[in-house]
Amino acid sequence: MATLSSTDSIAPHHGPARGLSRWLFTTNHKDIGTLYLWFSFLMLLTGGCMALMIRAELFQPGLQLIEPNFFNQMTTMHGLIMVFGAVMPAFVGLANWMLPIMIGAPDMALPRMNNWSFWILPFAFSMLLSTLFMEGGGPNFGWTFYAPLSTTYAPPSVTFFIFAIHMMGISSIMGAINIIATILNLRAPGMTMMKLPLFVWTWLITAFLLIAVMPVLAGVVTMMLMDIHFGTSFFNAAGGGDPVLFQHIFWFFGHPEVYIMILPAFGIISEILPTFARKPLFGYASMVYATASIALLSFIVWVHHMFTVGLPLAGELFFMYATMLIAVPTGVKVFNWVATMFHGSMTFETPMLFAIAFVVLFTIGGFSGLMLAIAPADFQYHDTYFVVAHFHYVLVPGAVFAIIAGVYYWLPKWTGHYYDEKLGKLHFWCSFIGVNLTFFPMHFIGLAGMPRRIPDYALQFADFNMIASIGAFIFGFSQLIFLTVVIKTIRGGLQAPPAVWDEPKGLEWTIPSPAPYHTFSTPPEIK
Amino acid sequence: MNTLEQKNRTTLIKLIGGSVLMFGFGFALVPLYDVFCEVTGLNGKVTNTGPYQGKAATNERTISVQLLATNNASMPWAFQPEQPVIKVALGESRHTAYVAFNPTQEHMIGQAVPSVSPSEAAQYLHKVNCFCFERQPLDSLESRKMPLLFVVDPELPDHIRTITLSYTLFDITPRATNASHRYTTDTIGRNTL
Repeated sequence: MATLSSTDSIAPHHGPARGLSRWLFTTNHKDIGTLYLWFSFLMLLTGGCMALMIRAELFQPGLQLIEPNFFNQMTTMHGLIMVFGAVMPAFVGLANWMLPIMIGAPDMALPRMNNWSFWILPFAFSMLLSTLFMEGGGPNFGWTFYAPLSTTYAPPSVTFFIFAIHMMGISSIMGAINIIATILNLRAPGMTMMKLPLFVWTWLITAFLLIAVMPVLAGVVTMMLMDIHFGTSFFNAAGGGDPVLFQHIFWFFGHPEVYIMILPAFGIISEILPTFARKPLFGYASMVYATASIALLSFIVWVHHMFTVGLPLAGELFFMYATMLIAVPTGVKVFNWVATMFHGSMTFETPMLFAIAFVVLFTIGGFSGLMLAIAPADFQYHDTYFVVAHFHYVLVPGAVFAIIAGVYYWLPKWTGHYYDEKLGKLHFWCSFIGVNLTFFPMHFIGLAGMPRRIPDYALQFADFNMIASIGAFIFGFSQLIFLTVVIKTIRGGLQAPPAVWDEPKGLEWTIPSPAPYHTFSTPPEIK
Repeated sequence: MNTLEQKNRTTLIKLIGGSVLMFGFGFALVPLYDVFCEVTGLNGKVTNTGPYQGKAATNERTISVQLLATNNASMPWAFQPEQPVIKVALGESRHTAYVAFNPTQEHMIGQAVPSVSPSEAAQYLHKVNCFCFERQPLDSLESRKMPLLFVVDPELPDHIRTITLSYTLFDITPRATNASHRYTTDTIGRNTL
């Protein structure tokens, strides 16, 4: 610490470098956080355009706008880009910005690796997107890339897809290592583990999940690579392999992955609700333990994605009950949030609106998840729009709303200006109505039997699909309001004081707004 | 500052170690899955070949064994069982055969991979003599009987009345010439990396 403070006294006005090199070579956690967030927003728009192409094609039955093969590429790329390009980098961006400030650290523990883990991403996604322009088109086998669709029957561009996944994985692992090292080693004196803000806790657990499963994803794409190019038969029955093995390895990664996308969201919501309810979070310790139990349980439930693959009865039962067990810690969290708001002096600023919508809509998604967990019923729901409705409810009004809530919550801290509350509320209501119009009808058409990933459908599904498409366009275009709000706030607005909200708790509210380029060069006093 | 750097370095090394370990674990899942399938009979993957040492014949129960033949992808051979359904007493040894015919103008090599359904029954269906996983070379217009000798263990659970034994025939001609060492008669379907 001594070195840092002496540098401070020599160059008290040390700020960011000028021009492009500031962003290319930066090791500052705030700069890198900003890069991550803008990158993920760009990816949100890219993946969103693909979603709108899907919804435009599904506006009416029959094939109108795009070829079935291109439709398959759109569903695949939409999933991959939203999961790996939008949601995960957005959380890493928020972590970069807020974690060091929240624990009273001067920066991330490994700042150069931090730069590297961001700058891999644009290359990975350029490579992934470039496959769309290659001969045979981009990946068209669904974001779950089941073998043999992704091996024997894959377009030639699949190799680029594999290396893109490798790069994203390396980026995520480096990000996770950095976060763990920061939280374990850089806490200000007196910041004990059980004093950590919940966003920090949920990210710590998420980072361990990332380290546990991203290498498994790297392993499974490596096996694909070997099957395609080096004549092995991991997933090829003719050589004694087994395509079902692919699904097991993929979902061993895939299930913890869905918690990677939701645990940091839990953290953000647990920061926002107490601020606007003006009450401390109800059941802090139980929140920590619930998060840890969700993470541990995530390793023993993966087979619930494959109930229809042909399993022994004992297997179906085990994974059904294990899955339902997850509802217990998740329920603890939801009840804690409700109890936090109960009898609070609530106000409804934009971050709070998004946070409350998160609690309600995420719970709906959780319940449809419970329905899917019932093995005998899953045979009806499997691969229908009911599944699409379920995971979009937990990911869009779940993860994405939490990210948006977090951005509104901390935007005055980042920019030094309050955002335009009217526009923020407009953004909220358009998103809220749009998201429900899009995904709620999908429950019904799914239960009625409409299969997912098909560009055409039977006539009886026409009305609900039309509603869903209209909702998707409302939701998609309302994100432009979000962009407007953010740009307006960066350019100017009402000056924000250090404690942006009404007596919020946490170290981030003790530093000036906008947060100076270097914070906590001397560790703060923790009471 | 030095101690902090050291702490960061140890954390970094430990976590990179963890990642490498999990990468290995992904690959370890491949043999683990095979072992798991063999123990549980999942995916009908039990091979159960060789001399039968279970209980002797009893005439108390008879069950049907359905024999299926499927050609994989572009396999052009005619491939079928001699008898599609066999009534068999538990513990009784039965002979039957599959017939394969190569209608093409070329010398080809095929390989049949068995699967038992319901998978619960896989461990009770004992194949004393089976052509599974053996390379079957056939000249142009040649046909061959591939014998199968099997016993159903009398321990078979009561609720199972029909067992389906399905063979899928794969064309391994191009591979067999390139890497003939990879498929030996005693492999049980795991590739030898």
